[in-house]
Parts: sequence; C-alpha cells; structure tokens
Amino acid sequence: MKGDLDLSKLQTHGFGPRTTMFWGTLAFITLEGTAFALAIGTYLYLMSINPQWPLGAPPPGLLPGSIITFVMLASVVPNHFLKNWAREENLPLVRAGLVLMSMLGIFILVIRGFEFPQLKVSWDTNAYGSILWFLLGLHTVHLLTDVADTIVLTALMFTRHATGKRFSDTEDNGVYWDFVVLSWMPIYVLLYWVPRW
Amino acid sequence: MTTEVVKEVHLRDSSLPDNELHAVLARTWATPRGLIGWLSVVDHKVVGIRYFITAMVFLAAAGLLAVAMRLQLARPENGVLGPDLYDQVFTMHGTTMMFLFGVPVMEAFMVYLVPLMVGTRNIAFPRLNSFSYYMYLVGGVMLWIAFAFNTGADAGWFSYVPLAGPEYAPGKRVDFWAQMVTFTEIAALSVAIEIIATIFKQRAPGMRLDRIPLFVWAALVTSFVIVFGMPSVMVSSTMLILDRLVSTQFFNPAEGGDALLWQHLFWFFGHPEVYIIFLPATGFISAIIPTFARRPMFGYLPLVLALIATGFLSFGLWVHHMFAAGIPALGSSFFTASSMMIAIPTGVQIFCWIATLWLGRPVFATPLLFTIAFIVTFVIGGLTGVMVASVPIDLQVHDTYFVVAHFHYVLVGGAVFPLIAAIYYWFPKATGRMMSERLGRWNFWLAFIGFNAAFFPMHILGLNGMPRRIYTYPLESGWGSMNFFVSASAVVLAASFVILAWNIIYSIRKGEPAGPNPWNAGTLEWTTTSPPQDYNFARIPVVGASDPLWTAGGLAEAHGLKVESRELVVTTTAEAQPDLRESSPVPSIWPFLAAVTASATLIGSIFTPWAVVWGAVPVGVTLIGWFWPKSVPEDEE
Repeated sequence: MKGDLDLSKLQTHGFGPRTTMFWGTLAFITLEGTAFALAIGTYLYLMSINPQWPLGAPPPGLLPGSIITFVMLASVVPNHFLKNWAREENLPLVRAGLVLMSMLGIFILVIRGFEFPQLKVSWDTNAYGSILWFLLGLHTVHLLTDVADTIVLTALMFTRHATGKRFSDTEDNGVYWDFVVLSWMPIYVLLYWVPRW
Repeated sequence: MTTEVVKEVHLRDSSLPDNELHAVLARTWATPRGLIGWLSVVDHKVVGIRYFITAMVFLAAAGLLAVAMRLQLARPENGVLGPDLYDQVFTMHGTTMMFLFGVPVMEAFMVYLVPLMVGTRNIAFPRLNSFSYYMYLVGGVMLWIAFAFNTGADAGWFSYVPLAGPEYAPGKRVDFWAQMVTFTEIAALSVAIEIIATIFKQRAPGMRLDRIPLFVWAALVTSFVIVFGMPSVMVSSTMLILDRLVSTQFFNPAEGGDALLWQHLFWFFGHPEVYIIFLPATGFISAIIPTFARRPMFGYLPLVLALIATGFLSFGLWVHHMFAAGIPALGSSFFTASSMMIAIPTGVQIFCWIATLWLGRPVFATPLLFTIAFIVTFVIGGLTGVMVASVPIDLQVHDTYFVVAHFHYVLVGGAVFPLIAAIYYWFPKATGRMMSERLGRWNFWLAFIGFNAAFFPMHILGLNGMPRRIYTYPLESGWGSMNFFVSASAVVLAASFVILAWNIIYSIRKGEPAGPNPWNAGTLEWTTTSPPQDYNFARIPVVGASDPLWTAGGLAEAHGLKVESRELVVTTTAEAQPDLRESSPVPSIWPFLAAVTASATLIGSIFTPWAVVWGAVPVGVTLIGWFWPKSVPEDEE
C-alpha cells in the first residue's frame, strides 16, 4: 500500500531519550524527586512554626555527613566516564567502572551507618528529630536501592548476558546515581548547616 | 549465509501472508495456560480487564455502604447503624470510592486503551503493570478484611490528625487505612510511568503530537498529575504510620509538630486526586462525542491545552479545602482566585464539546446519553464549586451536606457518568458484543433521575445546617422528610447500577456481535478485531491524521518487525518517526512473587517496624529474579 514503511533496518537497542527505559527511569526520578521536595518542604515548614531550631538538641555532628558529600561529589566523575563507556559498549571498561561504582556505593553506605548517631537526636524526641531521621532515612532507601541495583548489574555484566541493551541499562543506572547524588546536596545543607545559621 | 537461513533466524511480518502471520504472532504473544500462566500474565488487555472488574467490585461494595448510610438517615433518630459502625461505614465508603474505585477504574481504561489507541502491541513495562495490579488488589482486600473484623478505617477518607493520630485513634484501624494508601499509590505510580513511557515512545509511526487521540492526551496529563501528586500522600501517610508505630512527632503540636501539616500534605495530593479521576473522564467524553456527532472534534488544540492547563492548575488549589482551618487572609485570597481560575479550562472543554455536537449530526445512543448527563450534572457541580471556592460561603457551608452534594455532583457527574458512557462505548471492543440499548436507556434514566433526586436536596439540607458525618439527627431539626426523599431516590440510583451490571453480564453472553468498528469511530483501537488478539495489531498501522480511520484511502502499514519473538517499534517522542525495534518482556511469575513479598512486608509493618528490615531480603530476592535475564530471545537482544 502507498506510504508503507520498512522497519527491518532499525537498530534493536539505543541509548538515552531514544529508549523506553530512559523515560521510565526519568519518570521514577521525577516522582522520587517530588517526594524529596515535599520532605524538604516539611523540614522548612516545621522550622518556620518553631521559634527555636534545632529543637532541644545540638546541631548534628559534621564529619560522616561531610565525608559522604565529598565522596558522592567525587563519584560523579567515574560515573560520567562509566556512562560514556556504556555508550561505546566497551565491556572491559564498563566492568571496571561498575566494580568501582559498587565499591564507592558500599563505602558510602558504611559511612551512612555512622551518620545516624551523629544526628544527636532521636526520631521520637520531637518533630525536629522526626524530620531529620525521615530525610536521612528517605535518602538512605534510595542509596541502598541504587547500590544494590549497581551490584546486580555488575554481576550481570560478568555473565553472557552482557550484550546490547545491558549497556543502555548501565547508562540509565548511571543517570539514577547522579540523581542520588543531586538529591543529597540540599539534604546535606538542611541537616548540617541550616541549624548552624 | 543463504537467504533461507536469514529468514529462519529473523522471521519478519513482511515475509508472511496474513493467515500465517496471525498464527505465528498468536504463538509468540500468547499468555501461558494454567495457574502459573494466569499469574504471569503481562498482556495489558488482561491486566486492564482485571483492574476494571476489581474496581467495579469495590464500587458495588462501597455503593452498598452508601445504601446502608441512607437507610440509617432515612428517618430521624434511627437505629440501623450505631455511631461507631457509622464512622467506619462512611470512611470505608469514601476511601473505597476514591482509592479503590475512582482512580483504579480510570487506570483500568488507560491500561486497556492507550496501547490500542497508539497502535502498539503491549504497554511499556508490562511486568510492572502486572505487579501494580497485584499491589492494588492486596491493598484493597486488606482494607476490607480489616473492616470485616471491626477494624475498618473510621477517621474519614482524609484521616485528619489529631483524630487519626496515636492519641485519639488507638488500635489498628487507621494503620490499615494508611498502609492501603501505600499499596494503591505504588500501583497508581507504576501505571502512570507505564502510560507516560508508552505514549512517549510507542506511538505508531506518524502519530505526531497533534495526531494523538484526546483520550490519550488526557491519560498523559493524568499520569503526570499522578507522578507529582501521589508522592505527597505517600510521604504523609508514611509520617502518620511512623507517628503511630514508632512515636515520631510529626503531627504532635506538643513536641514541635503540627496538625495542619497533615492537611497541607494530604490536600496537595487530595486535590489533584480529583483531577486524576476527572481528566480521564474528559478523555472518554472527547472520544465519544466525535463518534456520535459524526464529525471530528471541534477545537482539538484548545482541548489539549485545556487538559494541560487543568493539570497544572490542579496543584494550586489545595488550600481551598482548608479555608475553615484558620489560614492567613492572603492565602485565602490566592487560593480563591486559583480555584475560580480552573473553571476556565474546564469551560473551554465544555464549549468545544457542545460545539462539536452542535455542528454534527448526533446519534443518541446510550454513550451519548450519559455524555449529556455528564455535561448537565457536571456544570451544576462546577457552579457550586465556584460558590465554595469563595471563603465567606465556604465558611458557612463547610462540613455540611452542601459540600456532600457538591462533590458528588462533580465526582458522579464528572467521572461516573462518563465512565458508564465509556463502558457502553468500549464494551464491544473488549468483548466483541454490543450491550443492550434498551437496558441502556433504562440505565440512563434511572441513573440520571435517581442521582439528581438523591443529591440535589442535599444542597438544601446543607444550607439548612445539616452537618455531614453525623450518624443521626433529632426529630425537631425538620430534616426528616427531605432525608426520606433522598434515601428513596438513592434506591432508584442503586437500581440503575443493578441494570448496568445485568446489562454487562447479559451482553457478554447474548449481546449482538459487534465486529471491529460498530460505532464507525475514527481512532486506531477500532481497526483491530473485537476483542483484539493478544498481539493487538497484526501489522503496525502508520498514522497520517488525527482520526486515521476516517481518512480516505485507508491506513498504511509498517513492516519488518520480528514475529517469533516479541518486538515493538519505538518512535521518536514528538514526530513519531520509527527509531528502534525494542523487545517486549515475555510473561513472568516474578512480578507476582515480588508483589507477595512486598505485600507481606507492608502488612507486617502495620504491626512491627522490624517487618521492613526482614522483608527487605525476600523483596530484594524477588526483584533480582524479576530483572535477571532469562534464556529467551527477548532478553538476549
């Protein structure tokens, strides 16, 4: 029939906005970003209605949170290279990059374990303690999910399944890591520096 | 390599005659049989129908609760329901209607129709779709089982603190409510993401942005409203659970928390929620009117812009639910203005629909009758909406039956009537049979008269001072006779739903055969068989107009997809140029298993926070099982 199209020459996997998975990842990032924004809004709301802030507790200890911030910011660099290697479908470098990112993720999670006690207030003491634990908990859930996902993907890339669209998945996983880093920055300022102003 | 071998490795639709193509595609896209096959299903049509049936069962259950309430209120000082049971009944009614019927039934239609309307073979992320259904089902059934054991939610569908907090609501009633929210929001967010990805990437070649059917536009805007609105209720209901379970202090003013914080977070979701239900309904109307007016829609562009504007504005209204809570005057003025502003895009839509009917040659079949019922009823609800958007009026009628009347006019008029129209309209597509027009007319008149007779007097009852959510009222109030009339009319409305149910059940078995396009409609879902085959379209259509079936010369087709593994064409986001051939996931039991472990974790966490810790392991295992590639061609691309 007139105007008929031939699809047989099309590629079977692509990268970035060309793929369905990219938009799915972006939509997840959007909804989770909204949740972060609302939790941050809750912090500011509670701060605005309480004359004293932080409420009945000293400001949180700076060290573990600052280490995490530094390592996260530094991790953006290898993550950037990893995304490029994925696009080039360079398997040895993708494997190396994924191993590095997994190790960085595990390191950050371990430090996160030291971060909670440094909040210096319990979740049930008052609303200030509640929102601190909530924000840190919410971010930790994202961290945990992404690190677990990265480890599984790393394992996958050492099997015979390391083909075609797995490289695209690797790139999307890198985009998600950027989101985990980006979402941490306002939380870091809120948790550690706003109470010191 | 010889040509023969290439053909064997990559058998394409272009190399097969029609009958062979159907046979091969049917094998490739078939849903496996048996219990495991039944639980592994990834066909969007099957999942959509499951969503629909489940939502209609919840509609019936919540409808029966409404009948029970009307029985209790039929005369003053009645004793059918006591105060405690009445609290549970009205809370279960509202909660079920909003969370377990209103949103899911719209998801049902989006999941079923969007892939067919954009001309693709399955929804994007079909396993997530299957997972979402199970989460919805478990969340809803959990709430109702709790109700059966006298642990039904009882703090209203919006569970205001402090009433819903640990101090005033001991026991587990509110916890089941809050956790039901988690279940249904996981489901809704999943569906929203699938719909967005499907519409962005899986439209048939040539379906540019300005050729997308209006229902699909409505589904897209709705999905974005879900993505931005629903996280708010997940955040707030999680905070509520934490306050109740591990003694956080979010909503406790004595420890720096705040009760109004709940209202802000809840209504930041709760108002868009209304549009999550209403926007797909406007999509139904925009699909039905051109078909029965027998002409293309008047004002396609203004309609699309109105949908998008409504989506944006729906986030600027939430404080109008809180006028009586004591907020700053400037806030009240702002939210009054924005609440009135949303009448503008809605007005644009209504005028476009009327113009289309005016310029067309309308055929008054049941779907169009319900469409007209929608326009009339919704306009009345919209007018009282503009009234309560004004602070002085709102303060007078807040928490009275006036508000009950208002939101039933917008929700039943604005969503349920279009829904019934949609059922009559797409039933032939989903089942291959027509519904009875005779029963349809009975259905229409009983619903229209019953609804208005039941709900219009509530405006007057509200103005006379009758508060909502009271289980009874004294004889001296003088509200008795009007309440009796309302209750009697509610029975008429209930009867209309019995007729609808009967029409559905009867027509599935005895209805007239429909054929592919019984209404002579213009959008792509009508080009395939009724009911559609597992693979939706044997050959992928190429779209050259916004009502492609009304274009002279017929549809062009795209060729070259593999047929022995599940393959889709992925197109560019704006122009819908063919770009990739992506594989589509095969059926899998893992989404079901993931839903089982996630459900056990969420239900466990109603009783102990440790459930989250221990549950994380099985949830993680099932998710890895879900995503790990299997030895099928679809996973090895």
